[in-house]
Amino acid sequence: MADQRSLPEETHTADPFGSQPILHEVDSWWKIRLTLMRRSLRENWRIFRRSKVGVFGLVIIAFWAIMAVMPTVFFATGFWNPAVYDPVTGLELNPPTRTMTMVERITDPNTEIDRRAVLLDGRIPDTLQIGDTFELPRQPAPPDGRHWLGTDPLGRDVLSQLMHGARASFFLGILAAVVTVVIGTTVGSMAAYFGGIVDAFLMRLADLLILIPGLAILIVIGAVFTFQLWHLAVVIGILSGFGGTAIVLKSQALAVKVKPFIDAARVAGGSARHIIFYHLIPNVMPLSVLYMMFTVTAAIQSEAVLSFLGVLNTDTSWGLMMNLARTQGYLLQVVDFWWLTIPAGLSVTLLSAAFFLVGRGMDEIVNPRLRRR
Amino acid sequence: MTSRRLPLEISAGQARLLEVDGLVMRYDTEAGEVSAVENVSFSLGRGESMGLVGESGCGKTSVALSLLRLAPENARYQSGSVLWEGMDLLELSDQEMREYRWAEISMVFQGAMNAWNPVYRVGEQIREAMDHHFDPPLSTVETSRRMDRLFNLVGLDPAVQNRYPHELSGGMRQRAVIAMALSCEPKLIIADEPTTALDVIVQAQILEELKEIQEDLGLSILYISHDMAVIAQVTDIIGVMYAGKLVEFGSTRDVFHGPRHPYSYLLLSSIPSVTGPRRRPVSLEGTPPNLLAPPAGCRFHPRCPWATEQCRTDEPPMMQIGPSQWAACWNSEQVPEMGEQLP
Amino acid sequence: MSLVRVEGLRRLFPVSAGLFRRSTGFVHAVDSVNFEIGMGESLGLVGESGCGKTTTGRMLVRLEQPDEGRILLSQPDGTDMDVVELRSDQRTEFRRQVQMIFQDPYESINPRRTVYETIAEPLLIHRIGDLSTREQQIREMLRKVGLAPPESFMFRFPHELSGGQRQRVAIARALILQPRLVVADEPTSMLDVSIRISIMELMSQLAKEMGVAYLYITHDLAVARYMCDRIAVMYLGKVVEIGATEELLANPLHPYTQALLSAVPVPDPALPPPEVRIKGGIGKAVNPAPECRFVDRCPQAADVCRTTPHPPLEDKGGRRLVSCHLVEASRH
Repeated sequence: MADQRSLPEETHTADPFGSQPILHEVDSWWKIRLTLMRRSLRENWRIFRRSKVGVFGLVIIAFWAIMAVMPTVFFATGFWNPAVYDPVTGLELNPPTRTMTMVERITDPNTEIDRRAVLLDGRIPDTLQIGDTFELPRQPAPPDGRHWLGTDPLGRDVLSQLMHGARASFFLGILAAVVTVVIGTTVGSMAAYFGGIVDAFLMRLADLLILIPGLAILIVIGAVFTFQLWHLAVVIGILSGFGGTAIVLKSQALAVKVKPFIDAARVAGGSARHIIFYHLIPNVMPLSVLYMMFTVTAAIQSEAVLSFLGVLNTDTSWGLMMNLARTQGYLLQVVDFWWLTIPAGLSVTLLSAAFFLVGRGMDEIVNPRLRRR
Repeated sequence: MTSRRLPLEISAGQARLLEVDGLVMRYDTEAGEVSAVENVSFSLGRGESMGLVGESGCGKTSVALSLLRLAPENARYQSGSVLWEGMDLLELSDQEMREYRWAEISMVFQGAMNAWNPVYRVGEQIREAMDHHFDPPLSTVETSRRMDRLFNLVGLDPAVQNRYPHELSGGMRQRAVIAMALSCEPKLIIADEPTTALDVIVQAQILEELKEIQEDLGLSILYISHDMAVIAQVTDIIGVMYAGKLVEFGSTRDVFHGPRHPYSYLLLSSIPSVTGPRRRPVSLEGTPPNLLAPPAGCRFHPRCPWATEQCRTDEPPMMQIGPSQWAACWNSEQVPEMGEQLP
Repeated sequence: MSLVRVEGLRRLFPVSAGLFRRSTGFVHAVDSVNFEIGMGESLGLVGESGCGKTTTGRMLVRLEQPDEGRILLSQPDGTDMDVVELRSDQRTEFRRQVQMIFQDPYESINPRRTVYETIAEPLLIHRIGDLSTREQQIREMLRKVGLAPPESFMFRFPHELSGGQRQRVAIARALILQPRLVVADEPTSMLDVSIRISIMELMSQLAKEMGVAYLYITHDLAVARYMCDRIAVMYLGKVVEIGATEELLANPLHPYTQALLSAVPVPDPALPPPEVRIKGGIGKAVNPAPECRFVDRCPQAADVCRTTPHPPLEDKGGRRLVSCHLVEASRH
């Protein structure tokens, strides 16, 4: 038992006197920091690489990152005409058409249209009689050479919306995660270090925020205020940062707080601020980054739900695409109009799962006990 | 390699209980092959006690685990044999080995006193071990009788059986661990650092009790420790290990009074003592080698103050230097003189 | 001349039991402890686990606040600094003068800081020097503790160092402020036997060089013999004997010191095995009775020990302080 534990140490006790100095001359401090960071990144990457799910997640994220920059490339190179491909204002002026016959009573909805529908649809001249045939523009249109994922009911390109939606998701997810981690790490470390009243107050606050049904609150806020994407990110960040994340990071900080190096810093005369920022937070950080990944997942999913319900004031997002499909009545016709719902739904699932998988991969770096030999 | 088998005559006339011959064990790790036990040979007779000493990571625990075939999964036995009353334990099936473990050879693991299951009473846990290993199982009355005797043997009140581990002090828990190791009446106990975490007074009590038990039951004990003073007090024979190799072997008295391998010499000179003239302990410089790529020649040569050209290239075999002393050093003859010249 | 005077130091820890965690009393972890440490002197604080030696050390560096008693640190200007009740303007000065070395080199150094950052930390906290003078100081300190050349160690992380090297870093951190007193809590007990001596040697040598006094906490009398000028033996929160190292080991007066010494194994197989003079194990001083703490286990206990309060720590001649009724003050 004991030997199993001491074994890896055995392999690491290479003769330190024999190894090369890292730097011979101390030239500038940021260069040294950079060298050290590169070294630890390389080391961490070596561990991360062994986690198949983690690498898979990273590949998906990379894919979506590319997707997110593509519209800029397409518009800049003139491959896409903004008038047609803009995700909000674009419109396909020459949509594919199909031949319809005006009838009194519809027997085949694919080739027949009734009189009242013709009168309501402004695109068709009202001089037509029953039995006449005419060309009706198809909107939403299925995928073709011009629109690889078809167009939506308003004649806009679905692929372009999907790409812009990826941007929104990245922006939202990463902002929410950063807010969560900054708040969660600070709150958790302070609660652990000071204990007593500070701890009690922060932890009851955390309990309260965990008890609040987050989504319901977000819907209410969305109903009352004009809810921008970054508002949502901040709210999610605050809810999670003061809530669950704070509790997890506090328990980690507590484990760090009892380490003798904290005592050593106190003996050296370090103030509370010094100890929290110089010792506690750097040791909690790896776990924070892990929780950052999980927050991204949660944020992307909440955004999708809120946009789908139409309480978020945003231009393009995957949730909004689904929302449009719903309000226009295409939601239940997945087989006929799959391009309106499946790509957006799949994107939400894939990207949020990808961050989760990366988090799982990072688990091995953060918790060395999980590491394989 | 010359003289792989060591015809040890310390306890002449007795059949050797355990003979380890040319044992080579390596760990497969991601970084490569760790040469943890390299060509280790020794033997142990009935009723004898032996000590294996060395720095942490020198392979002493790996040797012990090999005897029980409890080494971690990534361990590979390259060659050699572990003869238990003439039978090679390395060739037994797992099932057969399980019967040998505890019943014939048991082990007191390092830190075992902190490994009691907190939710069961100490007695229940020992009884469970006994139920597993006696076939046919003992009667309840017989088990109780044995348990009481075991607890008396290790210097514990039999009433301690009904207590939970957290209610016992460190010394009591360690005594209970020894009781557990004795419960299946083994012929050999391997004690890995049995008193390391204990205070000196409790350590002295437990070592004394172990010695009494050993004499009463005719047990053999293999002590594994880094504490040379403890080993000096409780063992008849001693093996000094360095970087996976046995570098010196012999009767404890001979090795302590006239160490002939530079490593044993320096190790012995490095321990401060409370008695005798206050002398300056010698410090042993450097660190043990990386066993992924052990140095050529003698594994100790990078740290040896007396290393010669031969030591850097040729690996010294175990050579007999006295009636009951062996050392693996090219210059073992000169070690005592050279030691005198140390600062 | 004395550097530190500890007077009547006491620390109690509440113990609670039962379902509702009712307080059932106090562990007298450190109880009316007195001792002095001279300038540049090394005092060994020896005892079994739970005897209060670590708590005493932690009170000296203010990691633990005593319930009673005074710790006086004499200042170069002749005044005494009361460590227990520091004025706010004394805090920084106190932190510069008293440092600590911890037992576990694997835990006492922040794993996310380089060797340079670890040693620079006290200098940063006390705003000593600028970047280049600090760097010079750290290089010099690294050389002093035997981590040479400094360049090859400065930017390593702790996991790239062996246990002995880490402890050298910890020593460098403790000594960089040139303290007057260092509390060393078992600094070698976690290290391999072969490395211990070099760390001990380094500590003695640096103490001489820099004029540092040590409170050296250890359970190992052999280590104390090598490291300390004087030894104080503690038992259940009380100091039972203090004396010059060689004298105390050659002629222990308190029955507990005698028992402790006789239990230490000697690395010579020709000598008889350690003698066990006392039975049982050390407990905890929960609401201890007023009489001598050692009376239950003492092989020499007499009636006077059971009827009178715990004996005071008295000079029995030759600067030997013993806390025992049965030891006559005959050695004048």
